[in-house]
Amino acid sequence: MAVIEVTKENFEAEVLRSEVPVLADFNADWCGPCRSMRPMLDELAEEQDSFKIVSINIDDEDELTDEYDVSSIPCLVVFKGGEEVNRSVGLIPKDAIAALAVEG
Amino acid sequence: MYDIIVIGGGPAGMTAAIYARRAAKSVLVLEAVACGGQIINTPDIENYPVEAHISGFDFSNRVHQQAKDLGAEFIFEKAVGIREENGFKTVVTAKNTYQAKAVILATGSENRKLGLEDEDRLTGRGISYCATCDGNFYRNKTVAVVGGGNTALEDALYLADLAKQVYLIHRRDSFRGEEASASRLKERENVEIIYNANVTRLLSEKRLKAIEVTDKNDGSIRTIELNGLFIAVGRVPENQNFASLVDLDDAGYVIAGEDCRTNADGIFVAGDNRTKLLRQLVTATADGAMAATEAVKYVNGL
Repeated sequence: MAVIEVTKENFEAEVLRSEVPVLADFNADWCGPCRSMRPMLDELAEEQDSFKIVSINIDDEDELTDEYDVSSIPCLVVFKGGEEVNRSVGLIPKDAIAALAVEG
Repeated sequence: MYDIIVIGGGPAGMTAAIYARRAAKSVLVLEAVACGGQIINTPDIENYPVEAHISGFDFSNRVHQQAKDLGAEFIFEKAVGIREENGFKTVVTAKNTYQAKAVILATGSENRKLGLEDEDRLTGRGISYCATCDGNFYRNKTVAVVGGGNTALEDALYLADLAKQVYLIHRRDSFRGEEASASRLKERENVEIIYNANVTRLLSEKRLKAIEVTDKNDGSIRTIELNGLFIAVGRVPENQNFASLVDLDDAGYVIAGEDCRTNADGIFVAGDNRTKLLRQLVTATADGAMAATEAVKYVNGL
């Protein structure tokens, strides 16, 4: 499965009501580390189906960015059953991204 | 067995790979996270010859592609040590070992922390090490910058355009950074400079709420309520894993001259983790070329 682009319109359906854990990537086009991390997220999304990965553009999605108190990107937030269970800020290796989602 | 293993996939390491491949040596680049290193945080590079403007991310991607096209191999694992075995080097990562005739250390540096309680937990919750990355989150808010070098001054200037109020906290009574930036800061109405002071405590609930600043002269403590704290107190070279093999200076940089040769046979150093006067993109790539050329000579002489 590919990384899903999420906005406030589909956030509830794709993230809060997801059957599987969700790794949400808060990012922006101008953020170099975010762009460096994206290929790893694309690979992880394709390689497994135990969790799904969504991308949230902080410039377009003020409300979600405020609601989840994101103030530094890249910011990965893991949701399970509609609740935040884990979070990591900054560029991290692919193994660590997977571990974050699985531990969550 | 590779001819050359490069540890670190930033501009220095990737340039070393380019030079080594053009000398027809087999090359493995071991990168811990993602190619590019520190430069990917730079939105616009304006001082690298040929391109008047390029983002750090695009720069890194293009150098990475160039190195791959020339046949350099990239593996994303963190090197944690090097063992000398029968005249060859075994580079150890968390998962594997890789052998080479020569090694180039191009590990770069990481942000220096203040070392305060809760600093890690609050990173991304009010604490940042990159004003240009995160400044936008603090529009019309109150922030502080800690540090006295060029980065701290530039961060404070950048934030002064966005934030309502900026405090600049510096442990000395004058700045190491450029005079031009310092005098521009002093003219800004929404900037208050606090000299001779250290941030000594972070006050938080879920996120950072305030900081305690201690005056170095009289020990008085001032509490500043704020939304964001930008830490710009320099960088630390990432040489800890190799300290038993190569000589480091007091600040932790690998001691080597322009030839990028360390005291250890067959181990070379390139980029920000080397002792040098100027740490810039162009000097990092220059080091990569030099270290690779010396490593190639070494391999040819075995």
